[in-house]
Amino acid sequence: MARVAFDRATKVYPGPVVALDGLTLDVADGEFLILVGPSGCGKSTALRMVAGLERISDGTISIGGRVVNDVPPKDRDIAMVFQNYALYPHMTVEKNLAFGLRQRRTKPDEVRRMVDEISRMLGLEELLRRRPGQLSGGQRQRVAMGRALVREPQVFLLDEPLSNLDAKLRVQMRAELKRLHERVGVTTIYVTHDQVEAITLGERIAVLAEGILQQVGPPQSVYDHPANVFVAGFIGSPPMNLLEGTASAGRVVVGDVELDRVRAPDGPVLVGIRPEGLRPVGHDHAGAAFEVGIDVVEPLGDEVLVHGSIDRLEGAVRMPDAETTLLADVDGAGSNVTIRLPPEERPSAGSRLRVGVAPNAVRLFDPSTGLAIETT
Amino acid sequence: MVERPRRRFLPFDPWHLFLIPLSAVMLLPLVWMVVTSLETEAQTLHFPPILWPGTPQFVNYLDVIRESAFGSWFWNTTVVTVLVVASNLVLCTLAAYAFARIRFLGRGFIYFVLLATLMVPLQVVLIPTFLIVKQLGLLDHLGALVVPNLVNVFGIFMLTQFFRTLPIELEEAARIDGASRLSILLRIVVPLSLPALATLAVIQFLWTWNDFLWPLVTILTNQGAFTLQLGLSTFQGAHNTQWHLVAAANIMSMVPLIVLFLLAQRYFVRGIATQGLKG
Repeated sequence: MARVAFDRATKVYPGPVVALDGLTLDVADGEFLILVGPSGCGKSTALRMVAGLERISDGTISIGGRVVNDVPPKDRDIAMVFQNYALYPHMTVEKNLAFGLRQRRTKPDEVRRMVDEISRMLGLEELLRRRPGQLSGGQRQRVAMGRALVREPQVFLLDEPLSNLDAKLRVQMRAELKRLHERVGVTTIYVTHDQVEAITLGERIAVLAEGILQQVGPPQSVYDHPANVFVAGFIGSPPMNLLEGTASAGRVVVGDVELDRVRAPDGPVLVGIRPEGLRPVGHDHAGAAFEVGIDVVEPLGDEVLVHGSIDRLEGAVRMPDAETTLLADVDGAGSNVTIRLPPEERPSAGSRLRVGVAPNAVRLFDPSTGLAIETT
Repeated sequence: MVERPRRRFLPFDPWHLFLIPLSAVMLLPLVWMVVTSLETEAQTLHFPPILWPGTPQFVNYLDVIRESAFGSWFWNTTVVTVLVVASNLVLCTLAAYAFARIRFLGRGFIYFVLLATLMVPLQVVLIPTFLIVKQLGLLDHLGALVVPNLVNVFGIFMLTQFFRTLPIELEEAARIDGASRLSILLRIVVPLSLPALATLAVIQFLWTWNDFLWPLVTILTNQGAFTLQLGLSTFQGAHNTQWHLVAAANIMSMVPLIVLFLLAQRYFVRGIATQGLKG
């Protein structure tokens, strides 16, 4: 097992297109790190650079303290699971599992033993004689995992391994993956564009956009304290509400509402509030409250999403969904907000709702840079 | 869309009304040849043609073998064809893999030039090739039939196009698994390309086995180096042709082609190449 370190790792494709721009990131020994971002953000490129399938244009990547820039994939002691699994279609499951071991001239009884062990661990014993074409999606996925794990690699790379499974199987495999990692404990880098997968699986998540690392940290802290408006919009579904406000004399005002207990340097600010940070309140509520006209109500069973717009507030900010742009689209945005409510508090569309802001739910961003402002 | 049950006037697909006569037309020459090969010389010259010889003259086949060097022709053709097919499979695979997967300077240009040679008709290169073969001292020798055909641009083209359709992830997975280039080619690419390789083998086999013009030009006097097609032409005299023997010899020369086709048929059904990927 080993630590993986990116040091200003950069990938430039002819064009030139910068796919990954100076990524510096440490993955600790045995850690489960998620690289997450919208498509084209450079996450797969970063993974393929660790695997040795893409040359590193600049900077270094080291595995276990050894710089691997010029080390061919087979000598990096890594294993990879591809999005489409890439099982060898002309070989049985058993041969697929054994291929890597045979290529490394492992002794035949040793190969037998390792294949038996991994197939027992992943429940593949019944499938050993079958070919990939005769397996279901979930089974193929497990074989692909087995083929990667059987070699006992130092680093385990997964490129959107669950994206080809149906929703139900995906949830099941997600849990299985987590269990597997706890058991094997191998350093794992996992690429996904699905922020739910990222939050549920990772010990830490690294958010990438346009080839640039936006934020790294434990999922909860990234969710609670996004480093910029991009992360605020990308992590969390629905995304964080962003409203335009002003800070003056240490108070932050949105429209005609003054927020409680929030301090910021003078000037325009973007006020970010998670959908669960807005709570219905009565008219006797003393603190800050917004009047929301409800457009759409989406009951989800365990919760209700309410989409509406805040009265008397022009120019509120709406994050474009999964946009790679760092700055929120400030002009022409309207004043839409999304509110997450428990199912029993379900309002009806067309009605009005008075919502207060939960304590500590407000995040502030600088509208010119998109970066988070430390609230005091 | 809901499929409506069609009213049927015939117990079979109406297309058969067209296809059955068409197959009869296709089969007629073959049947006629078989019939001719079993007739006496007199019957072959009879007009209108006799469609059933009465007593089949199987002796015609023995006569061909006894009276001509049929065995030697057959052997020569087999040697030439096997060598040409084998070398084409090996060399075209290597070249095609390089064009499909390895980046090197001038790859596109070289590929283009090679393809351009496909458009040059045989008649144009016949004399230059003849002169090269002569310089090599191969005239009147089986080598003259093998050397210029060791590799065929059409084969390179066909395999390159096929290799490009194979998912690159399979090769990347094999690289991570520790396979070398050659190992990837032999263990991953070739097994997945059996349909294409079988097609190439059959096409090349047909071309080489049936080639008449090139042997005619390069095998001048050495009867020991005659191929089947050259040999068959010797039955055709200036004044008379022994059609029953020509037919019998032709049938015997066709047997390997028919056997090969039946053997390779299942590989034509292409299908396993993409099964390891997502379902």
